[in-house]
Amino acid sequence: MIDEIVDAIRRAETQLSEDTVNALKKAYERETNEMARTQLKAIIDNFTVAKNESLPMCQDTGLQTFFIDMGYDFPYRAELKNAITEAVRRATKEVPLRPNAVHPFLHKNSGDNTGRFVPYIHWELREGDDVVIHVIPKGGGSENMSGLYMLPPGVGIKGIKKTVVEHIFRSGGKPCPPTIIGVGIGGGADLALTLAKKAAILRPVPSRHEEEFVAQLEEELYEMANKLGIGPMGLGGDTTVLDVHVEYAHRHPATLPLGIVTQCWANRKRKVHIDANGRVEVI
Amino acid sequence: MEYHEKTPILDARKYKVGDVIYVTGEVVLARDEAHKKLLEEGAPIDLKGSVIYHCGPVVTKKNGEWKVVAAGPTTSIRMEIFEDQFIEKFHPAIIVGKGGMGEKTLKALKEHGAIYAAYTGGCGALAAERIKSVKEVHFLDELGIPEAVWVFNVEEFGPLVVTMDSHGNSYYDEVDSKAKKNLDTLLKNIK
Repeated sequence: MIDEIVDAIRRAETQLSEDTVNALKKAYERETNEMARTQLKAIIDNFTVAKNESLPMCQDTGLQTFFIDMGYDFPYRAELKNAITEAVRRATKEVPLRPNAVHPFLHKNSGDNTGRFVPYIHWELREGDDVVIHVIPKGGGSENMSGLYMLPPGVGIKGIKKTVVEHIFRSGGKPCPPTIIGVGIGGGADLALTLAKKAAILRPVPSRHEEEFVAQLEEELYEMANKLGIGPMGLGGDTTVLDVHVEYAHRHPATLPLGIVTQCWANRKRKVHIDANGRVEVI
Repeated sequence: MEYHEKTPILDARKYKVGDVIYVTGEVVLARDEAHKKLLEEGAPIDLKGSVIYHCGPVVTKKNGEWKVVAAGPTTSIRMEIFEDQFIEKFHPAIIVGKGGMGEKTLKALKEHGAIYAAYTGGCGALAAERIKSVKEVHFLDELGIPEAVWVFNVEEFGPLVVTMDSHGNSYYDEVDSKAKKNLDTLLKNIK
Protein backbone atom coordinates (compact mmCIF):
# COMPACT_ATOMS: atom_id res chain seq x y z
CA MET A 1 0.00 0.00 0.00
CA ILE A 2 3.02 2.34 0.41
CA ASP A 3 3.36 2.77 -3.38
CA GLU A 4 -0.27 3.83 -3.67
CA ILE A 5 -0.02 6.30 -0.79
CA VAL A 6 3.08 7.87 -2.43
CA ASP A 7 1.11 8.01 -5.69
CA ALA A 8 -1.84 9.68 -3.91
CA ILE A 9 0.48 12.29 -2.36
CA ARG A 10 2.05 12.94 -5.79
CA ARG A 11 -1.34 13.33 -7.45
CA ALA A 12 -2.65 15.55 -4.65
CA GLU A 13 0.42 17.82 -4.91
CA THR A 14 0.65 18.02 -8.71
CA GLN A 15 -2.95 17.69 -9.96
CA LEU A 16 -5.46 20.06 -8.46
CA SER A 17 -8.70 18.29 -7.48
CA GLU A 18 -11.21 18.35 -10.33
CA ASP A 19 -14.01 20.04 -8.37
CA THR A 20 -11.66 22.91 -7.49
CA VAL A 21 -10.40 23.17 -11.09
CA ASN A 22 -13.98 23.58 -12.29
CA ALA A 23 -14.84 26.07 -9.55
CA LEU A 24 -11.81 28.22 -10.43
CA LYS A 25 -12.59 28.13 -14.15
CA LYS A 26 -16.19 29.18 -13.46
CA ALA A 27 -14.96 31.96 -11.21
CA TYR A 28 -12.68 33.20 -14.01
CA GLU A 29 -15.63 33.28 -16.44
CA ARG A 30 -17.79 35.19 -13.97
CA GLU A 31 -15.19 37.58 -12.58
CA THR A 32 -15.61 41.20 -13.73
CA ASN A 33 -12.62 42.82 -12.00
CA GLU A 34 -9.55 43.02 -14.30
CA MET A 35 -6.99 42.68 -11.51
CA ALA A 36 -8.85 39.63 -10.23
CA ARG A 37 -8.89 38.13 -13.71
CA THR A 38 -5.08 38.32 -14.00
CA GLN A 39 -4.79 36.46 -10.69
CA LEU A 40 -7.31 33.75 -11.61
CA LYS A 41 -5.65 33.34 -15.00
CA ALA A 42 -2.25 32.88 -13.34
CA ILE A 43 -3.75 30.28 -10.98
CA ILE A 44 -5.30 28.38 -13.91
CA ASP A 45 -2.03 28.55 -15.91
CA ASN A 46 -0.19 27.38 -12.82
CA PHE A 47 -2.23 24.26 -12.12
CA THR A 48 -2.12 23.41 -15.82
CA VAL A 49 1.70 23.60 -15.86
CA ALA A 50 1.86 21.63 -12.59
CA LYS A 51 -0.23 18.83 -14.05
CA ASN A 52 1.56 18.73 -17.42
CA GLU A 53 5.05 18.78 -15.93
CA SER A 54 4.20 16.77 -12.81
CA LEU A 55 5.42 19.58 -10.55
CA PRO A 56 4.00 20.52 -7.14
CA MET A 57 1.41 23.27 -7.77
CA CYS A 58 2.77 25.32 -4.86
CA GLN A 59 6.24 25.48 -3.32
CA ASP A 60 4.57 25.10 0.08
CA THR A 61 3.78 21.41 -0.29
CA GLY A 62 2.04 21.53 3.07
CA LEU A 63 1.98 19.67 6.34
CA GLN A 64 1.36 16.04 5.41
CA THR A 65 -2.08 15.32 6.84
CA PHE A 66 -4.22 12.18 6.66
CA PHE A 67 -7.85 11.69 7.73
CA ILE A 68 -8.65 8.02 8.05
CA ASP A 69 -12.15 6.65 7.79
CA MET A 70 -11.77 3.02 8.84
CA GLY A 71 -14.06 0.02 9.25
CA TYR A 72 -13.77 -1.77 12.64
CA ASP A 73 -12.87 -4.97 10.82
CA PHE A 74 -10.27 -3.65 8.37
CA PRO A 75 -7.64 -6.41 8.60
CA TYR A 76 -4.51 -4.32 7.90
CA ARG A 77 -5.13 -1.59 10.49
CA ALA A 78 -1.89 -2.36 12.34
CA GLU A 79 0.17 -1.51 9.25
CA LEU A 80 -1.42 1.82 8.32
CA LYS A 81 0.56 4.22 10.50
CA ASN A 82 3.96 2.91 9.45
CA ALA A 83 2.92 2.72 5.81
CA ILE A 84 1.84 6.37 5.84
CA THR A 85 5.02 7.55 7.53
CA GLU A 86 7.18 5.61 5.09
CA ALA A 87 5.15 6.93 2.14
CA VAL A 88 5.71 10.50 3.34
CA ARG A 89 9.48 9.94 3.52
CA ARG A 90 9.51 8.52 0.02
CA ALA A 91 7.22 11.19 -1.44
CA THR A 92 9.48 13.89 0.03
CA LYS A 93 12.32 12.59 -2.15
CA GLU A 94 10.34 11.43 -5.16
CA VAL A 95 7.72 14.14 -5.84
CA PRO A 96 9.74 16.07 -4.41
CA LEU A 97 8.18 17.86 -1.43
CA ARG A 98 9.59 20.74 0.58
CA PRO A 99 10.69 19.50 4.01
CA ASN A 100 8.06 21.14 6.22
CA ALA A 101 8.51 19.53 9.64
CA VAL A 102 10.38 21.84 12.01
CA HIS A 103 11.06 21.32 15.72
CA PRO A 104 9.25 24.22 17.41
CA PHE A 105 11.95 24.90 20.02
CA LEU A 106 15.17 23.76 18.37
CA HIS A 107 14.18 25.12 14.89
CA LYS A 108 15.67 22.02 13.29
CA ASN A 109 13.99 20.75 10.13
CA SER A 110 13.73 16.94 10.14
CA GLY A 111 14.29 17.00 6.37
CA ASP A 112 11.76 14.30 5.48
CA ASN A 113 8.39 15.70 6.61
CA THR A 114 8.21 13.36 9.59
CA GLY A 115 8.65 14.09 13.29
CA ARG A 116 6.75 14.18 16.57
CA PHE A 117 3.03 13.67 15.72
CA VAL A 118 3.68 14.27 12.00
CA PRO A 119 2.60 13.20 9.50
CA TYR A 120 -0.60 14.11 11.30
CA ILE A 121 -3.07 11.22 11.22
CA HIS A 122 -6.67 11.65 12.34
CA TRP A 123 -8.55 8.37 12.91
CA GLU A 124 -12.28 7.73 12.75
CA LEU A 125 -14.00 4.36 13.04
CA ARG A 126 -17.23 3.06 11.53
CA GLU A 127 -18.94 -0.21 10.53
CA GLY A 128 -17.19 -2.17 7.78
CA ASP A 129 -14.00 -3.94 6.77
CA ASP A 130 -12.38 -1.39 4.40
CA VAL A 131 -10.58 1.92 4.82
CA VAL A 132 -10.52 5.29 3.06
CA ILE A 133 -7.37 7.36 3.62
CA HIS A 134 -7.91 11.02 2.81
CA VAL A 135 -4.57 12.46 1.72
CA ILE A 136 -4.78 16.20 2.41
CA PRO A 137 -1.46 18.09 2.52
CA LYS A 138 -2.28 21.48 4.07
CA GLY A 139 -0.46 24.74 3.27
CA GLY A 140 0.85 26.93 6.08
CA GLY A 141 -0.33 30.29 4.78
CA SER A 142 -4.00 29.35 4.81
CA GLU A 143 -3.69 27.35 8.04
CA ASN A 144 -2.43 30.56 9.69
CA MET A 145 -5.81 32.08 8.90
CA SER A 146 -7.69 29.55 11.03
CA GLY A 147 -9.44 30.64 14.18
CA LEU A 148 -11.29 29.46 17.23
CA TYR A 149 -13.95 31.63 18.83
CA MET A 150 -15.55 30.58 22.11
CA LEU A 151 -18.68 32.68 21.72
CA PRO A 152 -21.21 33.38 24.45
CA PRO A 153 -24.19 31.20 23.41
CA GLY A 154 -26.47 34.24 23.65
CA VAL A 155 -25.08 35.75 20.45
CA GLY A 156 -26.96 33.04 18.53
CA ILE A 157 -26.89 32.48 14.81
CA LYS A 158 -26.50 36.20 14.14
CA GLY A 159 -23.31 36.25 16.21
CA ILE A 160 -21.97 33.25 14.30
CA LYS A 161 -22.54 34.93 10.94
CA LYS A 162 -20.95 38.16 12.13
CA THR A 163 -17.87 36.34 13.45
CA VAL A 164 -17.36 34.34 10.25
CA VAL A 165 -17.66 37.37 7.95
CA GLU A 166 -15.35 39.47 10.14
CA HIS A 167 -12.86 36.60 10.18
CA ILE A 168 -12.82 36.42 6.37
CA PHE A 169 -12.43 40.21 6.21
CA ARG A 170 -9.46 40.20 8.61
CA SER A 171 -7.81 37.32 6.70
CA GLY A 172 -7.82 39.52 3.58
CA GLY A 173 -5.36 38.33 0.92
CA LYS A 174 -3.19 36.40 3.37
CA PRO A 175 -4.61 32.86 2.92
CA CYS A 176 -4.24 33.05 -0.91
CA PRO A 177 -7.91 33.52 -1.88
CA PRO A 178 -10.12 32.40 -3.46
CA THR A 179 -10.45 30.14 -0.44
CA ILE A 180 -12.78 27.46 0.81
CA ILE A 181 -14.00 28.23 4.31
CA GLY A 182 -14.82 25.42 6.74
CA VAL A 183 -16.96 26.35 9.74
CA GLY A 184 -17.42 24.00 12.71
CA ILE A 185 -20.00 24.87 15.33
CA GLY A 186 -20.55 23.20 18.72
CA GLY A 187 -18.85 20.28 20.44
CA GLY A 188 -15.74 21.49 22.25
CA ALA A 189 -12.85 23.65 21.09
CA ASP A 190 -11.03 20.75 19.41
CA LEU A 191 -14.13 19.21 17.82
CA ALA A 192 -15.26 22.56 16.36
CA LEU A 193 -11.90 22.89 14.58
CA THR A 194 -11.86 19.26 13.43
CA LEU A 195 -15.36 19.63 11.99
CA ALA A 196 -14.27 22.84 10.30
CA LYS A 197 -11.24 21.19 8.71
CA LYS A 198 -13.26 18.22 7.48
CA ALA A 199 -15.95 20.54 6.09
CA ALA A 200 -13.39 22.72 4.30
CA ILE A 201 -11.35 19.99 2.66
CA LEU A 202 -13.24 16.70 2.47
CA ARG A 203 -16.44 18.07 0.98
CA PRO A 204 -16.69 18.74 -2.78
CA VAL A 205 -16.69 22.31 -4.13
CA PRO A 206 -19.41 23.41 -4.46
CA SER A 207 -21.67 21.39 -2.19
CA ARG A 208 -24.40 22.02 0.35
CA HIS A 209 -25.08 20.39 3.72
CA GLU A 210 -27.86 17.76 3.72
CA GLU A 211 -29.87 19.71 6.31
CA GLU A 212 -31.81 22.61 4.82
CA PHE A 213 -31.11 25.02 7.65
CA VAL A 214 -27.35 24.47 7.48
CA ALA A 215 -27.38 24.63 3.67
CA GLN A 216 -29.09 28.03 3.88
CA LEU A 217 -26.51 29.26 6.36
CA GLU A 218 -23.73 28.14 3.98
CA GLU A 219 -25.35 29.95 1.08
CA GLU A 220 -25.75 33.13 3.08
CA LEU A 221 -22.13 33.08 4.34
CA TYR A 222 -20.89 32.37 0.81
CA GLU A 223 -22.73 35.36 -0.60
CA MET A 224 -21.66 37.70 2.18
CA ALA A 225 -18.00 36.64 1.85
CA ASN A 226 -18.01 37.41 -1.86
CA LYS A 227 -19.62 40.80 -1.28
CA LEU A 228 -16.59 41.87 0.76
CA GLY A 229 -14.65 42.58 -2.44
CA ILE A 230 -11.34 41.18 -1.15
CA GLY A 231 -10.94 39.12 -4.31
CA PRO A 232 -8.24 36.71 -5.51
CA MET A 233 -5.00 37.33 -3.56
CA GLY A 234 -6.67 40.26 -1.82
CA LEU A 235 -6.36 42.43 -4.93
CA GLY A 236 -10.09 43.12 -5.18
CA GLY A 237 -12.87 41.39 -7.10
CA ASP A 238 -15.97 39.23 -6.86
CA THR A 239 -14.25 35.96 -5.95
CA THR A 240 -13.09 35.87 -2.34
CA VAL A 241 -14.33 32.36 -1.54
CA LEU A 242 -15.11 29.39 -3.77
CA ASP A 243 -17.42 27.94 -1.15
CA VAL A 244 -18.36 27.90 2.54
CA HIS A 245 -19.04 24.57 4.27
CA VAL A 246 -20.62 24.31 7.71
CA GLU A 247 -20.77 21.33 10.06
CA TYR A 248 -22.10 21.20 13.60
CA ALA A 249 -22.21 19.13 16.78
CA HIS A 250 -24.42 19.48 19.84
CA ARG A 251 -22.88 21.87 22.33
CA HIS A 252 -22.56 22.25 26.10
CA PRO A 253 -25.23 24.68 27.43
CA ALA A 254 -22.52 27.12 28.53
CA THR A 255 -20.45 27.10 25.32
CA LEU A 256 -20.74 27.97 21.66
CA PRO A 257 -17.43 27.00 20.04
CA LEU A 258 -16.94 28.29 16.50
CA GLY A 259 -13.97 26.91 14.58
CA ILE A 260 -12.93 28.33 11.22
CA VAL A 261 -10.44 26.61 8.92
CA THR A 262 -9.33 28.28 5.71
CA GLN A 263 -8.22 26.28 2.69
CA CYS A 264 -6.33 28.13 -0.04
CA TRP A 265 -7.18 27.68 -3.74
CA ALA A 266 -4.57 24.85 -3.82
CA ASN A 267 -7.15 22.44 -2.43
CA ARG A 268 -4.99 19.33 -2.49
CA LYS A 269 -6.76 16.04 -1.79
CA ARG A 270 -6.82 12.44 -2.93
CA LYS A 271 -8.27 9.26 -1.46
CA VAL A 272 -6.75 5.81 -1.08
CA HIS A 273 -9.31 3.02 -0.72
CA ILE A 274 -8.18 -0.36 0.57
CA ASP A 275 -10.64 -3.26 0.83
CA ALA A 276 -10.54 -6.29 3.15
CA ASN A 277 -8.65 -8.30 0.52
CA GLY A 278 -5.88 -5.72 0.35
CA ARG A 279 -6.92 -4.31 -3.06
CA VAL A 280 -5.73 -0.70 -3.19
CA GLU A 281 -7.14 2.07 -5.36
CA VAL A 282 -6.19 5.75 -5.60
CA ILE A 283 -9.19 8.00 -6.21
CA MET B 1 -0.26 49.10 -19.08
CA GLU B 2 1.59 45.88 -19.76
CA TYR B 3 5.41 45.91 -19.78
CA HIS B 4 7.91 43.31 -20.94
CA GLU B 5 11.22 44.29 -19.37
CA LYS B 6 14.85 43.24 -19.27
CA THR B 7 16.93 43.49 -16.11
CA PRO B 8 18.51 45.64 -14.75
CA ILE B 9 15.61 48.10 -14.62
CA LEU B 10 16.68 51.69 -14.10
CA ASP B 11 13.44 53.65 -14.57
CA ALA B 12 10.92 52.06 -12.19
CA ARG B 13 9.16 55.38 -11.61
CA LYS B 14 7.23 54.91 -14.86
CA TYR B 15 5.23 52.01 -13.41
CA LYS B 16 1.86 52.78 -11.85
CA VAL B 17 -0.40 50.77 -9.59
CA GLY B 18 -2.36 48.33 -11.76
CA ASP B 19 0.36 47.87 -14.41
CA VAL B 20 1.42 44.31 -15.24
CA ILE B 21 5.11 43.49 -15.80
CA TYR B 22 6.85 40.44 -17.27
CA VAL B 23 10.58 40.29 -16.56
CA THR B 24 13.36 38.66 -18.60
CA GLY B 25 16.89 38.49 -17.23
CA GLU B 26 17.81 37.90 -13.61
CA VAL B 27 15.74 37.59 -10.46
CA VAL B 28 17.43 37.56 -7.04
CA LEU B 29 15.75 35.62 -4.24
CA ALA B 30 15.85 37.03 -0.73
CA ARG B 31 13.56 36.33 2.19
CA ASP B 32 13.89 36.72 5.96
CA GLU B 33 17.44 35.48 6.70
CA ALA B 34 18.86 36.74 3.39
CA HIS B 35 17.68 40.30 4.08
CA LYS B 36 19.37 40.19 7.45
CA LYS B 37 22.55 38.69 6.04
CA LEU B 38 22.90 41.13 3.12
CA LEU B 39 22.24 44.13 5.35
CA GLU B 40 24.88 42.96 7.81
CA GLU B 41 27.55 41.81 5.40
CA GLY B 42 26.82 43.58 2.11
CA ALA B 43 25.73 42.00 -1.17
CA PRO B 44 28.00 39.66 -3.14
CA ILE B 45 26.42 40.95 -6.38
CA ASP B 46 25.32 44.35 -7.71
CA LEU B 47 21.64 44.81 -6.84
CA LYS B 48 21.09 48.22 -8.49
CA GLY B 49 18.00 47.94 -10.71
CA SER B 50 17.50 44.33 -9.67
CA VAL B 51 14.32 42.35 -9.16
CA ILE B 52 14.19 41.02 -5.58
CA TYR B 53 11.86 38.08 -5.07
CA HIS B 54 10.49 37.03 -1.66
CA CYS B 55 10.53 33.29 -2.22
CA GLY B 56 11.69 30.06 -0.60
CA PRO B 57 11.95 27.69 -3.55
CA VAL B 58 11.91 23.91 -3.90
CA VAL B 59 15.20 23.14 -5.65
CA THR B 60 16.86 19.80 -6.39
CA LYS B 61 20.25 18.86 -7.81
CA LYS B 62 20.34 16.43 -10.71
CA ASN B 63 23.64 15.37 -12.30
CA GLY B 64 25.39 18.29 -10.65
CA GLU B 65 22.90 20.82 -12.01
CA TRP B 66 20.28 22.73 -10.05
CA LYS B 67 16.67 22.30 -11.05
CA VAL B 68 13.95 24.63 -9.76
CA VAL B 69 10.85 22.58 -8.96
CA ALA B 70 8.54 25.22 -7.50
CA ALA B 71 9.10 28.88 -6.68
CA GLY B 72 5.98 30.85 -5.77
CA PRO B 73 6.08 33.95 -3.56
CA THR B 74 6.12 34.02 0.22
CA THR B 75 4.32 36.55 2.44
CA SER B 76 6.15 39.87 2.09
CA ILE B 77 5.01 41.65 5.23
CA ARG B 78 7.56 39.66 7.27
CA MET B 79 10.30 41.60 5.48
CA GLU B 80 8.74 44.95 6.46
CA ILE B 81 11.17 45.21 9.39
CA PHE B 82 14.13 45.68 7.05
CA GLU B 83 12.90 46.35 3.50
CA ASP B 84 13.29 50.13 3.77
CA GLN B 85 16.96 49.76 4.79
CA PHE B 86 17.42 47.19 2.03
CA ILE B 87 16.02 49.54 -0.63
CA GLU B 88 18.13 52.43 0.65
CA LYS B 89 21.32 50.38 0.69
CA PHE B 90 21.00 48.32 -2.52
CA HIS B 91 18.59 50.28 -4.81
CA PRO B 92 16.61 47.40 -6.31
CA ALA B 93 13.93 48.36 -8.88
CA ILE B 94 11.19 45.85 -8.11
CA ILE B 95 10.37 43.97 -4.92
CA VAL B 96 8.21 40.94 -5.74
CA GLY B 97 6.19 38.96 -3.22
CA LYS B 98 2.67 38.37 -2.05
CA GLY B 99 0.28 40.22 0.20
CA GLY B 100 1.89 43.66 0.00
CA MET B 101 3.99 45.64 2.46
CA GLY B 102 3.59 48.47 4.95
CA GLU B 103 4.07 52.21 5.38
CA LYS B 104 7.85 52.08 5.87
CA THR B 105 8.40 50.25 2.59
CA LEU B 106 5.96 52.50 0.73
CA LYS B 107 7.96 55.51 1.88
CA ALA B 108 11.27 53.95 0.83
CA LEU B 109 9.82 53.05 -2.60
CA LYS B 110 8.86 56.69 -3.05
CA GLU B 111 12.23 58.03 -1.93
CA HIS B 112 14.31 55.68 -4.05
CA GLY B 113 12.12 55.19 -7.12
CA ALA B 114 11.32 51.51 -6.67
CA ILE B 115 8.06 49.54 -6.75
CA TYR B 116 6.43 46.51 -5.13
CA ALA B 117 4.71 43.98 -7.39
CA ALA B 118 2.56 41.00 -6.45
CA TYR B 119 3.09 37.57 -7.91
CA THR B 120 0.07 35.28 -7.60
CA GLY B 121 0.27 33.31 -4.36
CA GLY B 122 0.82 29.58 -4.68
CA CYS B 123 1.81 29.72 -8.34
CA GLY B 124 5.00 27.75 -7.76
CA ALA B 125 4.84 25.63 -10.90
CA LEU B 126 4.14 28.58 -13.23
CA ALA B 127 7.12 30.43 -11.73
CA ALA B 128 9.37 27.38 -12.11
CA GLU B 129 8.40 27.11 -15.78
CA ARG B 130 9.62 30.68 -16.40
CA ILE B 131 12.88 30.12 -14.52
CA LYS B 132 15.25 28.89 -17.18
CA SER B 133 18.34 28.17 -15.07
CA VAL B 134 20.14 28.89 -11.82
CA LYS B 135 22.88 31.46 -12.44
CA GLU B 136 24.40 31.30 -8.97
CA VAL B 137 23.62 30.83 -5.31
CA HIS B 138 25.11 32.58 -2.25
CA PHE B 139 25.10 31.62 1.44
CA LEU B 140 23.65 28.19 0.62
CA ASP B 141 25.58 26.34 3.34
CA GLU B 142 24.76 28.84 6.02
CA LEU B 143 21.13 29.54 5.20
CA GLY B 144 19.86 26.37 3.49
CA ILE B 145 17.81 26.05 0.30
CA PRO B 146 14.69 28.07 1.19
CA GLU B 147 16.65 31.01 2.70
CA ALA B 148 19.71 31.19 0.41
CA VAL B 149 20.30 34.04 -2.07
CA TRP B 150 19.52 32.42 -5.43
CA VAL B 151 20.04 34.19 -8.73
CA PHE B 152 17.72 32.77 -11.38
CA ASN B 153 17.78 33.40 -15.13
CA VAL B 154 14.16 34.02 -16.09
CA GLU B 155 12.11 34.54 -19.22
CA GLU B 156 8.80 36.43 -19.19
CA PHE B 157 8.60 36.01 -15.42
CA GLY B 158 5.12 37.15 -14.36
CA PRO B 159 2.44 38.37 -14.31
CA LEU B 160 3.82 40.82 -11.75
CA VAL B 161 1.03 43.20 -10.78
CA VAL B 162 2.20 46.59 -9.53
CA THR B 163 0.41 47.10 -6.22
CA MET B 164 2.69 49.74 -4.61
CA ASP B 165 4.35 52.33 -6.83
CA SER B 166 7.00 54.99 -6.34
CA HIS B 167 4.42 57.79 -6.14
CA GLY B 168 3.03 56.81 -2.75
CA ASN B 169 0.11 54.73 -4.04
CA SER B 170 -0.76 51.42 -2.43
CA TYR B 171 -3.44 49.34 -4.07
CA TYR B 172 -3.87 47.43 -0.80
CA ASP B 173 -5.08 50.55 1.02
CA GLU B 174 -7.70 51.01 -1.70
CA VAL B 175 -8.96 47.40 -1.52
CA ASP B 176 -8.90 47.46 2.30
CA SER B 177 -10.96 50.60 2.63
CA LYS B 178 -13.53 49.34 0.10
CA ALA B 179 -13.73 45.96 1.88
CA LYS B 180 -14.15 47.71 5.24
CA LYS B 181 -17.10 49.68 3.84
CA ASN B 182 -18.61 46.48 2.42
CA LEU B 183 -18.14 44.75 5.79
CA ASP B 184 -19.94 47.52 7.65
CA THR B 185 -22.89 47.32 5.24
CA LEU B 186 -23.03 43.53 5.53
CA LEU B 187 -22.91 43.59 9.34
CA LYS B 188 -25.74 46.12 9.49
CA ASN B 189 -27.98 43.85 7.45
CA ILE B 190 -27.27 40.51 9.15
CA LYS B 191 -30.45 38.79 10.25
